[in-house]
Amino acid sequence: MTDVAQPQLGALGLLRFAWRQLTSMRTALFLLLLLAVGAVPGSIWPQRGIDAARTADYIAQHPTLGPWLDRLGFFEVYASPWFAAIYLLLFISLVGCVLPRTRVHWRAMRSQPPRAPSRLERLAAHAETEVAATPQEALEAAREVLRGKRFRVHAHDGRSLSSERGYLKETGNLVFHLALIFVIIGVAIGHLFGWKGDVIVPVGQGFANTLSRYDTFSPGPWVKPEDLSPFSLTVDKLDATFEERVTGRGQFGQPRDFTAHVTATDTPDGKPRKETIKVNHPLEMDGASVFLLGNGYAPVITVRDKAGTVVYRDATPFLAQDNNYKSVGAIKVTGATPKQLGFFGLFLPTAVISKETGPSSIFPDAKKPALALGLYEGELFPEGRPQSVYTLDTKQLTQIRNAKGTDALRIWLEPGQTYQLPAGRGSITFDGVERFAGLSIRSDPGKGLTLASALLALAGLIASLVIRRRRVFVRVSPGAEPGRTVVSVGGMAKDDDDTLPEAVGEILDAVKRRMGTPR
Amino acid sequence: MTNQLLAQYANTSLYSAMAVFTLAMLGYALYLAALVPHRDRVAAARQSEREREELLVGAGMPAGAAAGGTATAVDVDQAAPEPVAPADEEVSVRGRKAAGIAGTLTWLGALLLVLSATLRGLSVHRWPLGNMFEFAVFGAMFTALAFSIWSTRRDLRWLGLFVTAPVLLTLGLAITVWYTEAAELLPSLKSYWLAIHVTVATLSVGLFALGASASALYLLRDAFQRSSRPSVLDRFPPARNIERLAYSVHIVAFPLWTFTLIAGAIWARQAWGSYWNWDPKEVWTFVIWVVYAAYLHSRATSGWRRQATNYLALAGWACIIINYTVVNVFFVSQHSYSGL
Repeated sequence: MTDVAQPQLGALGLLRFAWRQLTSMRTALFLLLLLAVGAVPGSIWPQRGIDAARTADYIAQHPTLGPWLDRLGFFEVYASPWFAAIYLLLFISLVGCVLPRTRVHWRAMRSQPPRAPSRLERLAAHAETEVAATPQEALEAAREVLRGKRFRVHAHDGRSLSSERGYLKETGNLVFHLALIFVIIGVAIGHLFGWKGDVIVPVGQGFANTLSRYDTFSPGPWVKPEDLSPFSLTVDKLDATFEERVTGRGQFGQPRDFTAHVTATDTPDGKPRKETIKVNHPLEMDGASVFLLGNGYAPVITVRDKAGTVVYRDATPFLAQDNNYKSVGAIKVTGATPKQLGFFGLFLPTAVISKETGPSSIFPDAKKPALALGLYEGELFPEGRPQSVYTLDTKQLTQIRNAKGTDALRIWLEPGQTYQLPAGRGSITFDGVERFAGLSIRSDPGKGLTLASALLALAGLIASLVIRRRRVFVRVSPGAEPGRTVVSVGGMAKDDDDTLPEAVGEILDAVKRRMGTPR
Repeated sequence: MTNQLLAQYANTSLYSAMAVFTLAMLGYALYLAALVPHRDRVAAARQSEREREELLVGAGMPAGAAAGGTATAVDVDQAAPEPVAPADEEVSVRGRKAAGIAGTLTWLGALLLVLSATLRGLSVHRWPLGNMFEFAVFGAMFTALAFSIWSTRRDLRWLGLFVTAPVLLTLGLAITVWYTEAAELLPSLKSYWLAIHVTVATLSVGLFALGASASALYLLRDAFQRSSRPSVLDRFPPARNIERLAYSVHIVAFPLWTFTLIAGAIWARQAWGSYWNWDPKEVWTFVIWVVYAAYLHSRATSGWRRQATNYLALAGWACIIINYTVVNVFFVSQHSYSGL
């Protein structure tokens, strides 16, 4: 039997050894530093979760390095197994460290300070004096002084006092660490039950909070999209202002204010109310918040066929590419005959054309808007695959050339202008400029817990750093003459405490004052 | 609307502050020069110091030697006089005068920076913390103010050069490399959280700067102390005291940094929709927090050498510098408000 039991014991011992190692301060420190180092790559390389397009660009531009970094999770650092391993080990280590300490602290809080050492002068701080009083009177006075300074006092015998204060330091320390665990739990709840969706809404159009209405929707693993609260809103107006007065470096043309005026309705048959959404001022709806995170231009475009019948009319969002809102977009005219038409090109809010850079915008506001378009015909949606609304899939399209056939057809339109397309394909009209609001609707049920825990952690941290934990012992012995008593005070601290001698001196002084005039 | 005249006054005030800090720096340098003992006096000073220590052990703590180990060290140190290592009369009158003037000038420079920040704020009708230039001025202002206020409570003349020099360097970089015209804010910055989050962030960075100077001086002092090579550092407070001083600054700065992190998260939720986006600036703020947390843990752990602990503090400071320069300028981030 013992032969069988032996290896089992070994395994248990090994486990215990591993646990000891994991919960040691040295390992915790190592994991902390590893966490810091591990977080850094996510700030250097583009992250898929933040900017998928930039990540794809990076991989395309670095054909050898890119795929390897991808395999190692450097483009999704904060979702990668190795990063998770670091913080999970750290939190296991934290729990393994905090729970035993909580037990110890709980006992310490309920027990009395230990017996005074026999030679107080050996302690870190010590002071002594002789007073004209009996030992009992001196001890009584010392007890009152210590109580006044919020020490927990206990007399183990008739000749000494033991006292301790600053239990809150360790309490704060433990609260800080436990609260950090709850921060993580809050983050996890947000991850599992939270969701976010983005949608582009041109001015004058509406939006209902249903899955199908979102341009992109990323739910947490435990979210049921059919349970989204049924609110809706309409964008009535979008104000955008840009810096025009200050012409100095780095400021001209900077955005100054974005405000979306919306009509919101909580339920399909609810009463509509007027609201505004600004960049730092989200609209709180039932179960979700609406943020104004982007904006841009949606030129209103009409396409007519040869007979003059309207085959397309819409405010078509163009996506801004730079700070001056040079925007790209596509107009997909599926109803055109005989072949589908696809316009692709630029919207320029303040348009200029230069020889070097071609058409570009020099100011973000719509001062002199223009459309610069090219034209394709053929099949817009080959095999019905989903595609971006801002680009054409040109696989089954052919580009239309200009009348002479020397170059691709280039269409330049300013508001109100109409261009007759070649070979009886109809016409395109640039009716006017609208703006669109880029709304992000998010729900995070864990945020309250995370915030409360973070604030609790801060409170605990401050308590653990500010409060000083001290033990002070008082011992009395008969003086040289009868009726006189030597009062000896010794203090010790758990860690660095440069004001301890001062504090011990103060306690002794206070005792002396209570005893009346010193000798 | 921005008032360009007020912005000009703000810059004039900033240039004046720089001139004043230059003089203060020279004053503190002269003080350090006056601390350098004559070569033949080094040995004597060393001898007397040794005697003094023996005296302390002999007189103050009869049982100290018996207690042994660290306890002895604690006793000696706590019984020793406060940080003033060199008796003041040993420093030449000229040196002391220079330090006195430098101290006053540091106050003046700090107040000129307060004036500059105020004028800048008035010129743009907003809290003047909207771009890298303004952060740098605020950070330098807090460092100078904290140092000046702290100097009223203890003798920090030996630290003066190592505070005024970085302050001056920061201001120089701010007015040349990071300068941006006074202007309104980007929409995402228009929030009262700007005043809360960024002010506390700059305050905490200002304090970390003091802590880093003290930690670096501790490491130097400690190295020289142990190799027993004579240097001007012998006239600084004992290494242990410098180290404790560095720690006391760090434990003020760390909760402030924690608050910066929390306030930033709250604001991020308001402005960007999510309290944590793994934005490069957030990542680095977190990294800094973790490194300083490691510093505090290692200091509380008995097995760790104080030198290693202070190297961690310097690593934290290096992260702050990276966060302010590299991350602000080169990384694609939602915190790109540098105005460059």
